[in-house]
Amino acid sequence: MIRGAALEVARWLRNPGLWPPLILVAALGAIPAATGSATLREGIFLLLMYVALASSLNIFLGYTGYVSFGHIVFFGLGGYVGFYALTVLGWPLALAAIAGGVAAGLLALAIGASVLRLRGAYFALATLGINEAMRAFVSNFGPFGGPTGMSLDFSIYRSFGGPTEALWLAYFSMLALTIVAVLMSSAVKGSRFGLGLFSIREDEDAALVMGVRAPSAKTIALVLSAVIPGVIGVLFFFKNGNIEPPDAFKLQTSIEIIVMVMLGGFGTVLGPVVGAAGYERLRSFLLTSDPFKSLQLTIAGVVLLLIILFIPNGVIGWLRARVPRLRGTLQ
Amino acid sequence: MLSQLAASLVDGLLIGFVYGIAAMGLTLIWGVVRIINLAHGAVIALAMFGVYYLVLWTGVNPYLALPLVAIGGLAAGYVIYVLAVRRVVNAPPLASLLATFAVNMILIGTATTVFTTSPYSITLELGGVDAGFVTIPATRIVATVVAIGVTVGLYLLLYRSGVGRQIRAVANNRDAAELMGIPSGRILALSFGIGTMLAAAAGGLIATFFPFTILSGEAYQLKSFVIVVLGGLGNPLGALAGGLILGSLEGLVPVFTSASWVPVIEFGLFVVILLVLPNGVFGGRE
Repeated sequence: MIRGAALEVARWLRNPGLWPPLILVAALGAIPAATGSATLREGIFLLLMYVALASSLNIFLGYTGYVSFGHIVFFGLGGYVGFYALTVLGWPLALAAIAGGVAAGLLALAIGASVLRLRGAYFALATLGINEAMRAFVSNFGPFGGPTGMSLDFSIYRSFGGPTEALWLAYFSMLALTIVAVLMSSAVKGSRFGLGLFSIREDEDAALVMGVRAPSAKTIALVLSAVIPGVIGVLFFFKNGNIEPPDAFKLQTSIEIIVMVMLGGFGTVLGPVVGAAGYERLRSFLLTSDPFKSLQLTIAGVVLLLIILFIPNGVIGWLRARVPRLRGTLQ
Repeated sequence: MLSQLAASLVDGLLIGFVYGIAAMGLTLIWGVVRIINLAHGAVIALAMFGVYYLVLWTGVNPYLALPLVAIGGLAAGYVIYVLAVRRVVNAPPLASLLATFAVNMILIGTATTVFTTSPYSITLELGGVDAGFVTIPATRIVATVVAIGVTVGLYLLLYRSGVGRQIRAVANNRDAAELMGIPSGRILALSFGIGTMLAAAAGGLIATFFPFTILSGEAYQLKSFVIVVLGGLGNPLGALAGGLILGSLEGLVPVFTSASWVPVIEFGLFVVILLVLPNGVFGGRE
């Protein structure tokens, strides 16, 4: 049993497909650390956040083929629980981050046990409803500050040695989380469990007949893809200083993360990394260049439509199909 | 208390008719084309601006602008179908969801640059009708009458015309319908067009009594999802009934508690109904 697991891990580490996404994330993450620039740090923080969110979503959406339209609910709920632990209960950041991840995981478990019975478009609609219901509920929930949310007392940064140090801490934690997300995405993909997920994506009924325990496999995939967004929510709102329902449960962001996964190539490990980095760069370019600033949403929509219609497998999927020799490294 | 309840109920039921026709469009598109149209809200919002500018430029009565806007909705739906939907009709749900969402982004992104996100409203003074315990604004009554008319029209189209029979055949079994010589591509495009036409009609009606922004459409689209789930698919009357349920909830809930709880109840109910009656209420065919 242990020997088998060790062999599996050794096989996974020898897989060349693991390295391109890891190197890409590490290289991106090293830029602000090397230059010490605060502007770059803020930019790369967001970029890494989207890479981690997209990689996490991919574990569910890309591997099982189920569409989670409201995946941002895990980010929002985790953020709220962590923020509450930080400000009201006075927990340390690490503990609050874990609380956020656990809360997101528990919600995923509950959704997996009930809502995941639905298939296809029905499930997608239900996740949309869950996110909206959660946002509406939190807006009415007194302990979480209702519609105005909560803000951080800035003296909290003193325990980290000042605001600058706190921001760097948040940055490096985000980098670590992103690496964990990529490792997890690769580990799941290479495993027997991952094969089960892919078989669900291709034909759930056939997978059931072949002995894949689809209900529990889907639930585990959803939990795995929810925990990291929950922790990220805590980090993001810790850095942000305040949390409000519209920021935490933003449907727009939820769908943008799907766009990133699709842009890079869903079901691949490298795809969400490339897609998130590419989309985030495109958006910051559009937002800062004058003629496009106001049309940012339109252009993003056109890009999305063209991808869906003409390269449905994303950049990495397209490259894999065109250059068979690269299939080993681009996974 | 009782008269307040009755007043809220009437208020809710009247708005429910209008919600109902927006949801009927969504139901029709899902039932025939088998995709969830995430550009529905954008069409609703654009129709509001359509009525607004027709009134502003030509000075016509908003109710005369309404048919023009509805025809515009039909044309827009056809164009959206041909450009964005046709290629993904047979693809997995993710593709069609994202394709229609991309259309939504394009429409809302462009319209936001033109109209900004500031609120607009149409001033229409028709007075009110005194119903004893409550005075009902006439705009609401006209909207209800129009909504009922649209429902009857859709019913006649689907169940009393040749095209309607073809639409129902394609909804029932596209392959078999094609074997019977029905041009299914044309029927899918037409159904998508009628669906967006209903969205446009609902948007135009709402604009006659509520202020709106370009982002208002999203809220009405989410309501349409709830209604579609509540009322079930396959017949327009189901969506209308769902609209009435949602409308009366919106009317009655604020009597007992804060109005901010309305969306919690709406979406909670939405998820619960999807869970408890996923086939019975929603589709019956999955």
